[in-house]
Formats: sequence, C-alpha cells, structure tokens
Amino acid sequence: MKVIAAMSGGVDSAVAAARAVEAGHDVIGVHLALSSNPQKYRSGARGCCTIEDSHDARRAADVIGIPFYIWDMAEEFHAGVVENFIDEYAQGRTPNPCLRCNEKIKFQAVLDRAAALGYDAVVTGHYAQMRVDADGNRAMYRAIDPLKDQSYVLAVLNEKQLAGAMFPLGDSHKVDIRKEAKARGLYVANKPDSHDICFIPSGNNAGWLRDRLGSESGPIVDQEGNTVGEHQGAYTYTIGQRRGLGLSVPTVDGSPRYVLKIEPKTNTVVVGAKEDLAISKIVGEKPIWCGPMPTAGLAHRGFAQIRAHGSPLACTYTVSESSIQAQLDEPLFGLARGQGLVIYDGDRVVGSATVSDTE
Amino acid sequence: MGIYLDHAATTPMSPAAREALVAQISQVGNASSLHAFGRGVRKEVEQARESIAAAACAHPTEIIFTASGTEANNLAIKGFYWKSIERDPSKNVIVVAAFEHHAILEPVVWLEEHEGATVIYIPINPDGVIDLDALAQIIETESEHIAVIAVMHANNEIGTIQPISEIVELAGDIPVHTDAVQSFGKVDFDFAAIGVRSAVISAHKIGGPLGVAALILEHGIDITPLLHGGGQERDIRSGTINAPSIVAFAAAAQSAAVDRVSNFERIWKLRESLKEQILHAVPDATFNGHSEKMLPGILNVTFPNTESDSLLLLLDNAGIAASTGSACSAGVQRASHVLISLGLTEDQARSSIRFSLGSSTTQAEIDEVGSKIGSVVESARAAFSVGAGAKS
Repeated sequence: MKVIAAMSGGVDSAVAAARAVEAGHDVIGVHLALSSNPQKYRSGARGCCTIEDSHDARRAADVIGIPFYIWDMAEEFHAGVVENFIDEYAQGRTPNPCLRCNEKIKFQAVLDRAAALGYDAVVTGHYAQMRVDADGNRAMYRAIDPLKDQSYVLAVLNEKQLAGAMFPLGDSHKVDIRKEAKARGLYVANKPDSHDICFIPSGNNAGWLRDRLGSESGPIVDQEGNTVGEHQGAYTYTIGQRRGLGLSVPTVDGSPRYVLKIEPKTNTVVVGAKEDLAISKIVGEKPIWCGPMPTAGLAHRGFAQIRAHGSPLACTYTVSESSIQAQLDEPLFGLARGQGLVIYDGDRVVGSATVSDTE
Repeated sequence: MGIYLDHAATTPMSPAAREALVAQISQVGNASSLHAFGRGVRKEVEQARESIAAAACAHPTEIIFTASGTEANNLAIKGFYWKSIERDPSKNVIVVAAFEHHAILEPVVWLEEHEGATVIYIPINPDGVIDLDALAQIIETESEHIAVIAVMHANNEIGTIQPISEIVELAGDIPVHTDAVQSFGKVDFDFAAIGVRSAVISAHKIGGPLGVAALILEHGIDITPLLHGGGQERDIRSGTINAPSIVAFAAAAQSAAVDRVSNFERIWKLRESLKEQILHAVPDATFNGHSEKMLPGILNVTFPNTESDSLLLLLDNAGIAASTGSACSAGVQRASHVLISLGLTEDQARSSIRFSLGSSTTQAEIDEVGSKIGSVVESARAAFSVGAGAKS
C-alpha cells in the first residue's frame, strides 16, 4: 500500500513509520504543522509542533530512508480544534481536544488529502490494535500496554476512517518501542512523551482560556443558591474540583465542597458536597461507531470510560442513532459535559459519544 | 536520478570548478602569511580575484570575498546604513524593492527595529519590474534622507531583470546596491557600466562551490564592516581567506562567461518549450514575470486550484525537483512575498511553483516534465478540493 506516516517528531510515530516500511509499504513521512506561530523549542513534555519537533521528524525520516514533507494544517487545526475548544468552554463544557484532533485533522483532513494524492492509508504512532476478522470486519482493540493504551482518543473514528488507519504499535510496550528506536538509530529514542494540550505550551490552561474568554468574576453558590464565594471566570473551573475555590463561607460541619456545575449563562459556579457529585447514568450525544452499531433498544453489558487514562467502569448501555446511555454499576464522582464517553466490549472499542447529560 | 529543475537554488559544480577546488585544497598556506607557502596561495587568490573582476567588469580591488551572498548583502546594507548615519543621523532612510530576497529584506527589517532606520518599499508592477515612477517620487520627496537604495538585478523567484542603470540615474548621488546573485553569469552584468555602488555575486549559483561569494564595492567607497578581525579583505571583511573556494569560484565564473551566450539561447528555448508543454497539459496555468526582460532559466507558474506543497510532493514522487518561494523555519510553505508584490492573491501565490533550468537541463527532461505535469496538477487539484472543503 501507499502509506503516509504522520510524524510528530516523537519516538512512537518514528517507530510506526519504520515498521510500516518494513511491512513492505511504500511510505512517505509527513509532519503536520498545526500552529501558524510555532515555538522554537520544546520545553519538557509540553506541547508539540515546535520547530525542534519538525526537525526531529525530518531526521527520523532520513534515518528510516523515506521522503519527508511538511503539511501546513494550521488553519484546519485552528478552526476544527482550537476554536471548538474555546467554544465548548464558553458553554460550560469540558472538551477533549485530542479526540477532536483525531476525528477532524489526523483521520479526516490528512486522510482525505492523502487519498486525493494517491495514498491508501495513514500510519500513526498511536497505541491501539486493529483486527480484521475472516469476513473482513474491522475492529479496534485496546493496546497491550495498559499504560500507553490510546484507544480512548481514537474512539471517534468511524469504520471508514479506521479502514484508512494503521496503528503498528498496538502490540508493543512503550519500553520496547524505545529500545527498538535506539536499535534503529533513531535519536528520538529517549525523547520525553508529550502530555497536556499541545496548543497551550505553558500548561496553564486556565490562564490561556482567561486570555481568550475574559475573566469576568461571578458568584460561587451552594445548591440552595447562597453565595459562598467569588470566581474569576467560571470556565477555569472543572467539575469535581475541590482546591483553589477560595470560599468565604464554610459549611456548617466544615466538610469540603466541590464544584458541581458551571453555568456560563449566569456566570455562576455551583458547589456542594462530595455525594452530590455522584452520578450513575451518563448520556452521550452524537455517537460514532468504530464498527457495526450495537442493536438499538437492547441492553448491552460493557464498560464506559470517560478519560484518556481513566478506569473502565462496568455498565449496562443502550444505544440509538443519536445517543448512548450508560447505567453504571458503581457511582462515579464528577463528570463534566463535553467529555468523551467511550464504550468498550471487553477490550474492543464499540464507539464513543460526547457527554451531554448525567444523572 | 531524477530531473533537477531547481538550478536557481543551487546548480551542479562545473568540471573546471571541481578541478580547481581539488587542486587548491591540497595546497598548504594562509594567503595572509608572508612566507613562500603563503605567497603561493595569495598568488592564486589574486589571480582568481582578477578573473572574477574581469567577468563582472569590475576592478580587482573592488572584489571583497565573503562566505555567502547573505553575508555580502548584509555587509552592503548595514555597512552603507551605518556609514550614512555616522556622517549624518538624518540620513536614515533605506529604499528597497518590495520583492527583494530575504538576504536584503531581513537586514533591512532588523535595522528598522534596532538601529532607527526608516524603510520605504518600492512597489512592483504586475509584470515583475519595479515601478520606476514610484521610485522617482520616493527619491524626490526623500532624497535628503536616503542612506541607500537596493534593487536586485534579477529576481530569484520570477526571473525578471530590473532596470538598474535607470535606477542609478534617478538616484544621483545616493548609493545604489544590487543583489546580482541570480543574474551574474547568466546575463550580461557590467558592474562599471551600470554604475551601482555595490553588487553581490555568489559562486554556487554559477557552478562554483558553496560557501563563497563576493561583495563588489566601488573603489574608494568606505562602508562599516560587520565582522572585525584581521581585516583581510580591504579592511571591510575579516576572516581567513578561503583560497580553494575562491579559486574554484573563479574557474566557474570563467566557464560561465565563456558559455554565457550559448547557454542563454539554449536554456531560453528549453524554458519556452516547458511553457508550451505546461499550457498544453494545463490550459489555465499562468506564468509570472515579464515576456522579455527575463533570466533564461526561471519559469514561475500558477496552477489555479492547487497548493504548492501538494505540487512539490507529487513532482518529487515523480522524480522532478522544483520549488516554491520560501518556507518558514519550521518548514511550512508560505505564500511568496514576491508574487504578492506583483498583485497575486494569497491563494494564487500559494498555488505557484518555480521551475529553474540550468546548463545541465536537456530537452528530454523538459519533455518528461511536460508528459507528467498534467496528472500531477490533476491530483493536486483533487487534494485542494478536499482541503478547501475541510476549511470551509
């Protein structure tokens, strides 16, 4: 196959590209420039898309022996990911930009462009496994390395997108990938993993949002509506947050309070006791199926996951064309609207939806 | 090994230059040393200086060797500017063509940001030649304050040749600098006749080695140096003289001078052939530049509804090397400031690429490009349409 290796400049995508070459594919390396104003240097584990990263990607492609190009996706990334991130926060939701980037950029804009240029698939360094059964049905499974499993952030890919994706690292442990990179002469072998949000290199998400959404102060209220403090911009809080609330009125028994709700329309943050955070039902909208859609109306047993490295939560779920509803076996404390709900059947990824309601 | 149509970026070293380089590199001696070894090397350097001067119709003392065209342009622009404000602080205006190479534009911007310069950009006509009326007006209103005027001899992206003698005439006593890196060795370049105060030429664009260039600075003109040290080159440029590269530069300049007329005609015809074949395959392609006042080897083409990075990728896949204006430090293609200066829109500029032909280019290569360009543009258009869809 003719394959485009999306190369971030990190160790995973470099090894993935090398494995694709070894598997006999005709591979070219592409580095996505996602910022129109890239930082010069990478600082620790934060950020990506720096000039240094693009250099690292180029050197990895040289060592592997494949052509290398840079694609300017800054406009698409800004419109599809960064603006969406800001909008979601402005509406009091907590989005996951990595999910959005995989859905709109890496496996849509890049895949579409690849197809137009005569390429069949995009290979990335994500940790997830793809299996095709005897009937040609494709399914995505968790990676074997539980610490690196990235199936959660890939659960936004539909069957067609998955058909154009290759994840050659899903059957490996990260520690072995680093060893392999070293053996292949890739000097990114020991480069730190990237964490946090790549377009907020400072790591200060609240400050970054404040610069874009303003910092209008407003009331922090309890569930009865009594003002118990003041906030500096409602969207800088997250559901379940306990520290840094600066409340002026303590509870009668001195018990801690947690952020329960963010109401952007009234610019209000609602706090309450830990038990008030508990939810047992999650409703997600705009579902995406990573394989065949489960039968609607029937109750299915499975697992719900709500964070990239969160624990799988046993649940019974039902689906429709427009939603997923998951009834959790055990209550969960703190879940924000906007987060990604991913449903697993064992290790197989069933699909995902955006959390729209909880009970 | 593929078809190399990026000669304006750098061109293969000529056999004469290679031979000269190899011969000189085995000689020991610093050209500034007084002993026999040093004198031996110095002799070669001075002979090289004389033959380069002859090729550029300059006096040997006017040749100041540098390590790159960028260095020589920096030296000229900053040197004239600093000298000017040293004499009269109110003479702080720099006038440059809007489509100069970054080796001129960036030092000018730096002087504006750090050294109090005021910069005026000369607009460019749609045919790629500077607007002389606009320049006349700038000179009329600012003549008391202008430190230096810089207009390139020929543009590196579109190949248009500029009316330097007329600019010099308009400028009167104001120093005029010209970046002749793209034109030297390809069209007639007579330093004495055109009357500029300084010019830059570079070896690797004419079949010489990388890492050597020259500022041609009129005899008796003093500018402020950039590098301070041994003062090897007329006390204006310091640094150990790079004898092997200079000797090879001279060999390349001599070859280029000998072959210039025949190369010009041959390469011009090849470019016309490429143009025709492109139009045949892609009827809505347009060409940027002038119909006559052109370097022979540069063909800048706009392929509507494409993006240049797709075109370059597809051409590269097909074994054809072409290029675009410039990429930022992260390697992202940018809309060319040259094409924007001609009045192209951002989209048009981003859908343009440069083919540049050289002495090694053959008709068979041009025909192969002609046979492949249609399908390349078709795929690039398919990629553009999905990209445009994703953006809207």
